[in-house]
Amino acid sequence: MRILLAVGGPALALLGLFAYGLTRDPRAIPTPLIGKPATPFTLPLFDGRQLSLEELRGKVVFLNFWASWCPRCRAEARTLEAAWQKYQAQDVVFLGVNIQDREEAARAFLQEFGITYPNGRDTAGKIAIAYGVWGLPETFILDREGRITYKHIGALGWTTITTKLGEALQGIVSTEEGKGEYLQVR
Amino acid sequence: MTATVGYSSLVLALALAGWGIAAPLLGARTGRQAFFASARGAILGQFGFVTLASLALIYALVTTDFSLKYVALNTTRATPIYYRVTGLWGALEGSLLLWEWVLIIFSGLLAWIYRDRHPELMPWVLLIFSGVSAFFLAVMAFASDPFERVFPVPADGRGLNPLLEDANMLTHPPLLYTGFVGLTVPYAFAMAALISGKLDEAWILTTRRWTVAAWFFLTLGNLVGAWWSYHVLGWGGYWAWDPVENAAFMPWLPATAFLHSIQIQERRHMLKTWNLSLIILAFSLTIFGTFLTRSGILSSIHAFSSGPVGLLFLGFLAVVVLGSFGLLAWRADRLRGQPELDAVVSRESVFLLNNVVLVAALFTIFLGTVFPLLSEAVAGVTVSVGAPYFNRIVTPLFLALVFLMGVGPLIAWRKASLDHLRRNFLGPAALALAVRLSLFGWRLRDFWPLLAVTLSAFVALTIGFDTAKAVRARRAIAGGRLPAALATLVWRNQRRYGGFVVHLGVVLIVLGIAGSMGYSVGREAMLQVGQSLSIDRFHIRFEGLQASQQPTHRRVEGRFRVTNKGHEIGVLTPALKYFPTQPSPIGRAMFRSTLLEDLYLILSGFSEVDEGRATLKVLVRPLVAWIWVGGAVMTLGTLVALWPFRPRARQET
Repeated sequence: MRILLAVGGPALALLGLFAYGLTRDPRAIPTPLIGKPATPFTLPLFDGRQLSLEELRGKVVFLNFWASWCPRCRAEARTLEAAWQKYQAQDVVFLGVNIQDREEAARAFLQEFGITYPNGRDTAGKIAIAYGVWGLPETFILDREGRITYKHIGALGWTTITTKLGEALQGIVSTEEGKGEYLQVR
Repeated sequence: MTATVGYSSLVLALALAGWGIAAPLLGARTGRQAFFASARGAILGQFGFVTLASLALIYALVTTDFSLKYVALNTTRATPIYYRVTGLWGALEGSLLLWEWVLIIFSGLLAWIYRDRHPELMPWVLLIFSGVSAFFLAVMAFASDPFERVFPVPADGRGLNPLLEDANMLTHPPLLYTGFVGLTVPYAFAMAALISGKLDEAWILTTRRWTVAAWFFLTLGNLVGAWWSYHVLGWGGYWAWDPVENAAFMPWLPATAFLHSIQIQERRHMLKTWNLSLIILAFSLTIFGTFLTRSGILSSIHAFSSGPVGLLFLGFLAVVVLGSFGLLAWRADRLRGQPELDAVVSRESVFLLNNVVLVAALFTIFLGTVFPLLSEAVAGVTVSVGAPYFNRIVTPLFLALVFLMGVGPLIAWRKASLDHLRRNFLGPAALALAVRLSLFGWRLRDFWPLLAVTLSAFVALTIGFDTAKAVRARRAIAGGRLPAALATLVWRNQRRYGGFVVHLGVVLIVLGIAGSMGYSVGREAMLQVGQSLSIDRFHIRFEGLQASQQPTHRRVEGRFRVTNKGHEIGVLTPALKYFPTQPSPIGRAMFRSTLLEDLYLILSGFSEVDEGRATLKVLVRPLVAWIWVGGAVMTLGTLVALWPFRPRARQET
C-alpha cells in the first residue's frame, strides 16, 4: 500500500503535467517587447531608397515580416494591402520587411498581390533578430512615440488589424500578443 | 491493393492480440491448458500478420506507390532505394509499425524458445506482450494509419527530411528501437512473476541475457546517434541534451542499474522490490520516450507531428506505471523478509551506491527535460534548460560512477576487511595518484578533466592488476602459456571478463568526453580566396567555392587546404546543401579525425554578391575518436559476456 502511495502520488502528478503539456505549444516564445521602444533600423527598400525608422516617428507603424515562400504570408497579403489603402490618410505607415528570401522571388510576390506600401529586404537578418522574429508572418504595431503596442504571429485578419491600429492611434498598449497559424523559422 | 493488405493485416493482428490477452486469463480461470497454447498461437499469428504489413509498407515505399499518403510524404521518385526502405521509420506512422514489428519478433522468439519451459510464467509473459502489441496495433489501426490513402494520387512525393538522408539512418533508429523494445522482455517476465506470485530468482536468471542484449542495443543506438549528430549536423558536438536524446538515454540508466543490482539478488536474494521497480521504471521510460517524440509537448529536433497519438500514449503510460506498481503493491507481502546488508564496505554496498548514483542521474536528467513544461504550468514562464545544467550536475555523478567501476568488481562480498582492501586497491590507487601528479606537473591542471583521467587510470589499473593476479594463479595451477591462461580465464568467467572489457570501453568514452569537453578550441572568420586561418597547429587556406547540382539538392562546397605546421594534410570540402523543400540550407561539415584530435570545418555561409568570400568555422576537438573506440570496446565486451562458448546446462537458464 505504501508503495502505491509513494509511487502513485508523484506518478499521477506527472501524468497530469503531461496532459497539461498536450494543450500547450512548446514552440511559442512570448515576446518581452510589448510596451518597449522599438529598435531603430535602416531598411533598403525595393525602389532603391533607404528608409530609417526614426523618419516615421509621429505616425503609427504597421511593421510586417514576411517571405515569398511562406503560405500564411500569402494568405494575409491582400488583407494588408486593403488595410493600407484604408489607413493611408490616417497617419499610419505600413512597412514590410522581407527576410530569408531571394530578391526575384520577393519582387514577384509584391507584384502578384499588388502591394503598394513600402517594402525592403533585411539581407543580413539583423532586423529580424532585433525584433526576435521566430516565425512567419510576424507583425508589430508601433505607436506615434515608437513604442511597440502589439505583436501578432501568424496571418492577420481584418478585424484584428483595424482594432489594433485603432488602439495604437490612441496610444493604447495591448496586454496580450496575438497568435494565428504560422511557420517556424528559428 | 498494398494498402488493403497492409491495413487488414494490422486489424487481424489486433484481433489476435485481443485473444492473446484473453486466452491466458481464461486459462487461469478454467485451468485448461489449451488456452495457454492458443495464447502462444496468438503471438505467432500476430508475428505473421505484422510481418506481412511491414513488408507491404516496404514494398509500397520501394515501388513509390504514391497512392499511400505515407509514401507520398516520405519518398520521391529520385530517392535512392536504400533511403526508400529507411522511410519505414522516417515518420510517425511507419515508426510505430517498426516498433510493433521489432516487438512481435521478440515476442515470437520468446514464445518459441520457451514453449516448453517456465509453465507458470510464460502465459503471463505472453499476455504482457500481447497487451503492448495490442496498444501499438490499436494506435495504428485507429489513429495513425501507415496505410492511409491519398486521393488524387500525386505525381511525385515530398521526400524524406533531407537531414535523414544519411547512412546512419540505416543503423541508428533500428538499433535504438531494438534496445527500447528489448526492455519489454524483462518487464514482461517481471510482471509475470508478480501476477503468478512466483517471485524467486527464476525470472531474473531467464531474462538476464535478453536484458544484457537490450542494454547493449540501447548503448549502441545512443552512441550511433551521437556519431550521427557529430558528423552530420555540423555543429561539432555529439550530445546536446535535447529532450529526445534524453528520452533515449533515460531508460539506459535504470537498465544499467538493473544489470548490476540483479547480481546482488542472484547471490544474496536481496533487493527484490528494488529490482522489480527498476525494470518497471526502465520500461516506463521507453514508453515515455515514444510519448515525448510523438506528443509535441516538448520542442525538439526529433519531434514527429502530434495529434491524437500523444493522448493515447499518455493513457498507455498511465496504465503501465499505475498498473505495474499496483501489481507490485499487491504482492508486497511476498517480497518481504530479505537478508540485510552485512557491512558498509562490501560489494553489495558498492553496487547499491552504483544504483543510487544512476537513479540520481536519471532524476536529474528527467527534471531538466520536463522542467520547461513544469515552469510553464506552475509559473507561466517559458524557460529552456540546456547543456550547462546537465553537464554541471551529471559530470560529478558519472565520475563517481567511474570510481565505483574500479572498486566494485574487486571488493569482497558481505564484508571487505582492511587487509583485503589494501591488497586489492593500494597498488592501483597509488599508481593512479602518480599518474595524476605527473599530469599535474605536465601542466594539465583543470579539475574535472584531471579527475576524470585519474579515475580512468584507477579503473584500468584495477582491471589490469586483478587480471594479472588471476592469470598468474591460473598458470600456477594448470601451467600453460600466457595467452592460453587468459583465454581459459575468460572462457570460464565470461560475465566477469566481459564486464571488465565493457568497463574499459566506458573508461575510453570518459577520456574522449573529458578531452573534447575540456580542451576544444574554435575560431570563426570570413575569408577571401587565398586567405588563411590559423588554429592550434593548423593552417587553413581558403581556395574557392564550387557549386554543383546533385540528384536531390543543389550543393555549394568550399575548398580548404589544411596544413599542419607546414606539413600538408589535404583538402577538406565542407558544404551547404540547398533542398527545394527547405527554406534554409543544410550544412555538411567535414572533419579529419586522428586518435589525438579532430579538426572540424564548417562552412557557415558565403557571400552571394562577392564570389570569393566565405565564412568558415573551425574546431579542434581533442580525443573525440576515443568515444567511438570506446563504443567498439563495449561491443566487444558485451559479446564476450554473452557469447555461447559452451552449451549452457539446463539449470543455468
